Amino acid sequence: MVCLVTFSVFRGSIQIFSYEGVIGFLTGTDWNAVEGRESFGALPYIVGTLASSAIAMVIGVPISLGIATFVSEMSPPRLAAPISFVIELLAAVPSIIYGLWALFVFRFWIRDLIEMPLYNAFHGSLPIFAKYPFGLDLFTAGIVLAIMIIPIISSICREVMRVVPNSQREAAYSLGATRWEAVRIAVFPYAKAGILGAAILGLGRAVGETILVTLVIGNVIGIAAIPTTLFSQSQTLSSLIANEFNEASSDLHLSALIGLGAVLLILTMIINIGARLLVRKMVKVPTGEKGRR
Amino acid sequence: MSSKERKNYRMILHEEMKKRYRTRIITDNLVTVFALVCVVAAIIPLGSILLEVIKNGASALSFEFLTAPQGSIGSGKGGIGPAIQGTIIVVGLASLIATPVGVLAGIYLSEFAGNGIFPTVVRFLNNILTGLPSIVIGIVGYVTIVLFLGSFSVWAGALSLSIIMMPIVVIVTEETLRIVPHSLREAGYALGISKAKITMNIVLTTAKSGVLTGIGLGIARIAGETAPLIMTILGTSLFFSGLEGPVDALPLRIWRLASQPYESAHAFGWGAALILILMVLGMNVGLRLLARKKGFTVRAEA
Amino acid sequence: MNKNKVLLREFNMQKNMIIMSIVAGLLLGIIIPSSIFSVHAQNKIIINGAGATFPFPLIDTWRVDYKTIKPEVDINYQSIGSGGGVKQFTAKTVDFGATDAPLTAQEMQSAPGAVHIPETIGSVVAAYNIPSIPDKGLKLTGEVLGDIFLGKITKWNDPKIQSLNPDKTLPGDDIVVVHRSDGSGTTFVWTDYLSNVSSAWSQQVGKGKSVAWPTGIGAPGNEGVANAIKGTANTIGYIELSYALTTKTPFAFIQNKEGNFIEPSIASTRAAVAAQSGALPKGDQPWTNVTMVNAGGKDSYPIASFSYLLLYKELSTDPNIDEPKAKALVDFIAWAITDGQKTGESLNYVPLPDTVVKLDQDTLKSLTYKGKPLL
Repeated sequence: MVCLVTFSVFRGSIQIFSYEGVIGFLTGTDWNAVEGRESFGALPYIVGTLASSAIAMVIGVPISLGIATFVSEMSPPRLAAPISFVIELLAAVPSIIYGLWALFVFRFWIRDLIEMPLYNAFHGSLPIFAKYPFGLDLFTAGIVLAIMIIPIISSICREVMRVVPNSQREAAYSLGATRWEAVRIAVFPYAKAGILGAAILGLGRAVGETILVTLVIGNVIGIAAIPTTLFSQSQTLSSLIANEFNEASSDLHLSALIGLGAVLLILTMIINIGARLLVRKMVKVPTGEKGRR
Repeated sequence: MSSKERKNYRMILHEEMKKRYRTRIITDNLVTVFALVCVVAAIIPLGSILLEVIKNGASALSFEFLTAPQGSIGSGKGGIGPAIQGTIIVVGLASLIATPVGVLAGIYLSEFAGNGIFPTVVRFLNNILTGLPSIVIGIVGYVTIVLFLGSFSVWAGALSLSIIMMPIVVIVTEETLRIVPHSLREAGYALGISKAKITMNIVLTTAKSGVLTGIGLGIARIAGETAPLIMTILGTSLFFSGLEGPVDALPLRIWRLASQPYESAHAFGWGAALILILMVLGMNVGLRLLARKKGFTVRAEA
Repeated sequence: MNKNKVLLREFNMQKNMIIMSIVAGLLLGIIIPSSIFSVHAQNKIIINGAGATFPFPLIDTWRVDYKTIKPEVDINYQSIGSGGGVKQFTAKTVDFGATDAPLTAQEMQSAPGAVHIPETIGSVVAAYNIPSIPDKGLKLTGEVLGDIFLGKITKWNDPKIQSLNPDKTLPGDDIVVVHRSDGSGTTFVWTDYLSNVSSAWSQQVGKGKSVAWPTGIGAPGNEGVANAIKGTANTIGYIELSYALTTKTPFAFIQNKEGNFIEPSIASTRAAVAAQSGALPKGDQPWTNVTMVNAGGKDSYPIASFSYLLLYKELSTDPNIDEPKAKALVDFIAWAITDGQKTGESLNYVPLPDTVVKLDQDTLKSLTYKGKPLL
């Protein structure tokens, strides 16, 4: 089945690769579908995809770890069950509902409570805050993606930390460690591979998310989609496909969009291979029967 | 070193230890507070989403809304009956396809395949499939099924969704079966039971709750998918009329309603969102209860 | 593990099987009755159409109204966008398509035998959100609009805008351009107009359903654009007239060919079409170069266009269409372009002028199923 998917994606994109050249398509920055001026380059959307996912990861992973730590190590058991239940409910909310909520509610919070203060404080001194924010930008997209992946990452982390044998913690406590020290020196190293796996899964979700991103990222095309500030409008590979696939009537345009799909596919593969290598490297820490997850 | 000096030294050491201990405690408390803040930060969006959906959606709910087809747009009449029916049909069909295949593949990978090249490749491709954006799967569904059959259809939607669901079921099944202690299998062997029987009756039964969780996760994921449905089932204002024709679905209906200029259409959209959330959550809670009833629980998540 | 436990487990498994069969039964219960129902109702006809978003509210109202006239005919129209309409029509996955932009030469080639049937008229307005001007009526020319959308005019109090609006206080803030991010017939009409009135635009960007925007924020759909405009100060963007009227978004008066600043409305749009509709091609001829933008006439609003239904001249070209369906489809469209037009006005749709109705009727009369005329 994967072969079918891969095959049809690559067959569909042959036309654009022969038109622009593989390198030309990957490094080009123009995107013009107007008849007679066709020119397609994927670079800005690769950058946009990586940037929005990076923001999501930077915000999402620490918070997820915090949640998982709280639920599995710190909170009283009576509190842990409802919290993890609620977090898992978040994982079940369809992404289109996140999208509508972000568009109608959340983007105003972000703009007024986070972006405007940052802009007012730093727009002269720090270039990444130098753009007047509208709430429809890379930063908003990154944060909403983070909110979307937190339940996924934190619930897996919680499971992984739960299977860390108690003997590990007890050993740390017997050396006089505080609760946090026990988590840091006994639980985290043990659960490292699993946490990494969770993060990778979240990253995969963030990279491929479509409708939600389309609603909040500002959707610029061409060279302008390479973000210069945190508050720039941008575009990701999947949002561009979603935006233009329905309306693409020329074969070349269609092929260019499927070409973006091929790039996305390769990006996903790279992330997966990288994750596997990392996990393999780290898995050398002692693991019990249930450790390798 | 005189005794006085020694005493002094001890005091300094003691003070130092005390100070360090204090910082360690403070760090510990800070981390606890940070973790708690994380929890609160994650719960605020959920609260806000639910509040918003309920606030805007509850007023649309009525018996007519749940059962009737939509009246003309902007009139505020009718309901989303076809979308609810369509979601049940498409998601149901997709999980009927994905569940057996996914569970069997998971069993194969965990119990029979070992660590050879073929299973490794299958595992790798399966992992990639989980990370594949749903829109790409929608394109594939459109190109291979819709264009082939010459019409938007329930089949195209269900097959596309099953491609999204299957790898999730495979991974969770494999991982859950893996945690089943070897001693259980060995007990089976000792009784002279065949491997197939051991797998079905002992391993799978033990891991049932985990597998059910995986299926639940998969269904929750596909029930909320919009992008592949746009390209495969088209949507319709009519009730189901056959597997070869277009059908409606809730996420698709929400997406279309949200892009209309009429207040009444937006209210319908929020109402549909409320129904979708209730359906997905209801199913999740149901599966959880089903899973919790079993004695031996082994849990895993995708 | 003792015997009791094994038994218990067996029982649990059976219970699971029971639950599963109940679920499966429910599913079948939903599927089967409706399929039996559809088999029994052989004379029931379902017509599937898809395409442009702009005429959706109109066609959707027709769907409900027509059901009261012909209960056995079910119309299903889904708004997937003009390009989608053309693509699905060409791929013959739907019974009829709808588009705001006429088929290009290339598209005509891949859909041989396609006919255009204008079913309603749309116009596109420049909507804005300027806190100091809460009402409609900012005056703009095509050239200024071109410069704004090219990013050449960047401030609201630019002398070029101020001189057109001496009576209004314009802020010194940056102009935020909002455009559609998804491909759209509305974008086609808008860029068609800008190409027509601004040579810089025509050279640098051109017209199309999705173009390489030099500046601005992209938002999906009319709703996305309207929402971005409403939620952000100092914005300007383009949306459909009927959409702007329904949502009461303020919009600009635009200078037409004769030099008058025209408020976009049903009447001024109709005037534009009346001025242009003298020299329309026949339904089965290419419509590629038909345009209503920058029409002559002193009352004409300059950004208007037809919205078209697409059919095959020989309806059996689409294997999904059988003879009763072909007949029902043609009857429905014949009703839509005459009686159906009356419902349009209450929804802020511009009714077709009589000349265009006549043209459409001639086109419908020329349609055949396996060589037999249908009307």
